Amino acid sequence: MPSPPVPSKKPPPATKPPAIGRYWRANLRLMGILLAVWALAGLGAGVLFADYLNELGSLGGFPLGFWFAQQGSIIIFILLILIYAVAMNRLDARHHREMAEQSRGSSR
Amino acid sequence: MSVLVWTYIFVGVTFGLYLGIAWFSRVKDTRGFYVAGRGIPAFVNGMATGADWMSAASFLSMAGLVSTMGYAGGVYLMGWTGGFVLLALLLAPYLRKFGHFTVPDFIGDRYESSSARVVAVICAVFVSFVYVTGQMRGVGVVFARFLEVDINVGVVIGMTIVFVYATLGGMKGITWTQAAQYWVLITAFLVPAIAISYRLTGQPLPSIGMGSTLTGDGTYLLERLNQIHADLGFSSYTEPFANPAWHKLNVFCTTLALMVGTAGLPHVIVRFYTVRTVSAARWSAFWALLFIGMLYLTAPATAAFARYYMIQSLQGQATEDLPQWFRSWERTGLILWLDDGDDRLRYSNREDNEIFRSGGLTAAQLSEIRGEHERWLAGRPDGVEGRAVMRGLGLSGPDTDIIVLATPEMAGLFNWIIALVAAGGLAAALSTASGLLLVISSSVAHDLYFRIINPQASEAKRLVVGRTVIGLAVVVAGIFGIYPPAFVSQVVAFAFGLAASSFFPAILLGIFSRRVGTVPAVAGMIVGIGFTTFYIIGNVFLGMPAWLFGINAQGIGAVGMALNFAVAILLTPFFPPPSEAVQRIVENIREPEGVGPAAVIETAPEH
Repeated sequence: MPSPPVPSKKPPPATKPPAIGRYWRANLRLMGILLAVWALAGLGAGVLFADYLNELGSLGGFPLGFWFAQQGSIIIFILLILIYAVAMNRLDARHHREMAEQSRGSSR
Repeated sequence: MSVLVWTYIFVGVTFGLYLGIAWFSRVKDTRGFYVAGRGIPAFVNGMATGADWMSAASFLSMAGLVSTMGYAGGVYLMGWTGGFVLLALLLAPYLRKFGHFTVPDFIGDRYESSSARVVAVICAVFVSFVYVTGQMRGVGVVFARFLEVDINVGVVIGMTIVFVYATLGGMKGITWTQAAQYWVLITAFLVPAIAISYRLTGQPLPSIGMGSTLTGDGTYLLERLNQIHADLGFSSYTEPFANPAWHKLNVFCTTLALMVGTAGLPHVIVRFYTVRTVSAARWSAFWALLFIGMLYLTAPATAAFARYYMIQSLQGQATEDLPQWFRSWERTGLILWLDDGDDRLRYSNREDNEIFRSGGLTAAQLSEIRGEHERWLAGRPDGVEGRAVMRGLGLSGPDTDIIVLATPEMAGLFNWIIALVAAGGLAAALSTASGLLLVISSSVAHDLYFRIINPQASEAKRLVVGRTVIGLAVVVAGIFGIYPPAFVSQVVAFAFGLAASSFFPAILLGIFSRRVGTVPAVAGMIVGIGFTTFYIIGNVFLGMPAWLFGINAQGIGAVGMALNFAVAILLTPFFPPPSEAVQRIVENIREPEGVGPAAVIETAPEH
């Protein structure tokens, strides 16, 4: 899978408020977790471990690996995007609050 | 009422609807023409993206492919949905924040290079044309089968409809039409699937029916399918990697290439330019995959039901007992029977198989094979066994397209349900075609004409050029649909491979790295495209074996993508970073909206 590029180790430029750095790191962390699940569910359970999962058991009439390849992975993909949209929009809102507080603090 | 009358009603009503929408959403400026004025709600954009994405191939061919391939069919299901996760997390919100009109626009501005822009334009136009030709052909096929008109007349009717709403409304007309087309196509796909699922297993939900027991039998459907497959010499339906052509590495690479290719296809990416905000871009990615998932979760169920029905209703039948659907589809050449003389139909994966498809054979060639086969049956010395000939041509088994088209008939569903499938197939083909045509138009009229050839062009002139190019593109696509170049079906793998190995790495590095400059990015794109092109052309056209660990042409895009990343990242330390202005753009697209400095106006031409 294309690993998300590592965030640069340099501290953000001095002119940037630290809130932006915090926001970006939180974004990368969330993305990393969700993409790991994406790879595990689709390329992992659906392909790499499909034969073991088929041996392992079944879900109703579905052998488990087959179910992941044709049903489970798609359901997980939809949930991943839902979680991302909710979490990111929340992160955006928090960032806006922090920025507002910061500018109030500096104008005082 | 007959299927034909129902079909005319459904097709007439839906086409009227599309034209009506076109009239109400006509536009007056380039912003409306290219990005629908950025005023599309996330929910509607999700529907439009769904229709845009689900092509004639998704609607007509995919369930058939899964039906024939069994487990390995999962590469399409996972590949064509998994790409949306990459799109939603890695590309869509940032490209929306960047706020341009097209994908080449981003590449050209981020890497400050006209040659990068031109490479991107060529890729976008090539990918879109390969794709759109298939759609136009799909329109013709549906017309020919269901409305009993000539294939070419069908293509011309489809062309005319797209021509009207694409030139009149541009992206805005296309978006609202696609939203309507989504409901037509999803209804047409779900209604027969639900009816069949209920009839076969007593479960109305196809995704659950597929894993349930057969009514009045007690065995699981999939278990029964595996049994039948074993009896007939086919590889297991549910067992992974049972077919040696689809070994683990190949399944892995193909899935990955389709995922990344999906995320890099320009006609999907531009849909995210049409919403109001970054947050709406995220939501519309969710709605899009939810709407797409409704079809993609149902397609494997349709595939399994159809596989079961088809074998059950044909195996061991005598000529006079053959079902009606077989007769009507035999005429299209999608399925045909060469008996060995015992008047019992036998479909298997061995030499005694009697079911074939006409593929690319002409009627004359086919009747010659049939004639020789007759003479062979009669024991005459000038006869040739047709089954061996067809097997040699690789035409064993029915055409995969028959599965979705004929399953409602196989299951003996109502006439109006059968007619609905025709309207759905047309909606799927037309919606995708219009999205692709807009990409061609914007790449040529915006990126090539306005950004490179004539940057002083007035707003009115640019709109005229945009309309002219989209009109021309419709006509060219129609001509390709009428006279399909023989290579088209073979190069669809190319569209994904190219998108995966060119756009995806370039856009991703452009967003997530401040350091990657022009030379490494362009070098990466050229290496990625070059390798993928070389491998696919060699493998598909020049008979080169799949020399790289047996990875097939469809999966090689994954390797091309990795090469692109590797070259760009390895070269980066040796070349200067991008200019201050570009670094500010990158900073800017990473910030949430409404904070930080305003968009860098001089480099972000959102006019």
